[in-house]
Amino acid sequence: MADGTTDQGPVTMLATPISLDFEFTPGVAQSKFLRGLERGEFLGQRCGTCGQVYVPSRGTCPTDGVATTEDVVLGNSGTVTTYCVVNVPFAGQAIEIPYICAQILLDGANLSFMGLLQEIPTDQIRMGMRVEAVWVDEAELIPSLASVKYFRPNGEPDADYDTYKEYL
Amino acid sequence: MAESEVLHAEHRLEYPYARSTGPIIGAFLTALREGRFVGATGSEGKVIVPPTEYDPLTGDDVGELVEVGPGGVIDSWAWVSHPLRKHPLQVPFAWALVRLDGADTAMLHAVAAPGPEALATGARVTAKFCPEAERVGSMADLESFVLEGGAA
Ligand SMILES: [Zn+2]
Repeated sequence: MADGTTDQGPVTMLATPISLDFEFTPGVAQSKFLRGLERGEFLGQRCGTCGQVYVPSRGTCPTDGVATTEDVVLGNSGTVTTYCVVNVPFAGQAIEIPYICAQILLDGANLSFMGLLQEIPTDQIRMGMRVEAVWVDEAELIPSLASVKYFRPNGEPDADYDTYKEYL
Repeated sequence: MAESEVLHAEHRLEYPYARSTGPIIGAFLTALREGRFVGATGSEGKVIVPPTEYDPLTGDDVGELVEVGPGGVIDSWAWVSHPLRKHPLQVPFAWALVRLDGADTAMLHAVAAPGPEALATGARVTAKFCPEAERVGSMADLESFVLEGGAA
């Protein structure tokens, strides 16, 4: 905005944001997952052919090409399979650096997903660490991963490498 | 699952780019913020508006900046019946190539008019700038052109 002064100096920079607006629908399977988040639980789906449990489920098994119709409520805890400590600031960053992004394999799932890890110094994070989801207050639960504030260590001993080596 | 249970949401993907203007386009935008137009003098004395940094025919640096407008002539135009959210006007308008007085090239901008029947190639228009306090040094500082004589 012009600041009303008579001498603002010559224009040297121009803001040129580009944006695309989408009407996004997650479809039937992921809508179920998101409705689960609204209830404070992680909902996956099991393949009737190979038995793998996907979370979030896309509604089909990528291995067998069949619809996944069995809903499975997964544990609130999981295992860190791998992680990244973010030290680099970037535009639009919402979390204070340094912070940890971890791939988390929820108990009962055969697919890990990315979560924010807090309540632990960044130099103490390790593969195999057992963690649990911390949710927003019940009144604030919405059908979005924003309902999960973050994950934190749950105090259990580290998981055996063999239990997650297939998921790296 | 009933179809009504399937979620949907608005989603915007946005990149907040900023770019440096350089001295020539910067001068053009500075002039817009002041509610006036400048063009660059190119080869054979032709005046280029909006100014380029290099002469499009010879590739030489352009010469001095000269004041042009604020009136001009419509070289060609197209009527927009249904403006989009990012268009400069939210009522039906015309995109037009306007050759400002003193310029040898035309620049693209919106022309406000009551309807396509009010427009013609060769029609005289003049600039309507945003209020001074709202100008930031961008093409949007020029709200639109309007028909001379106040038809719009
Ligand atoms: Zn399968």
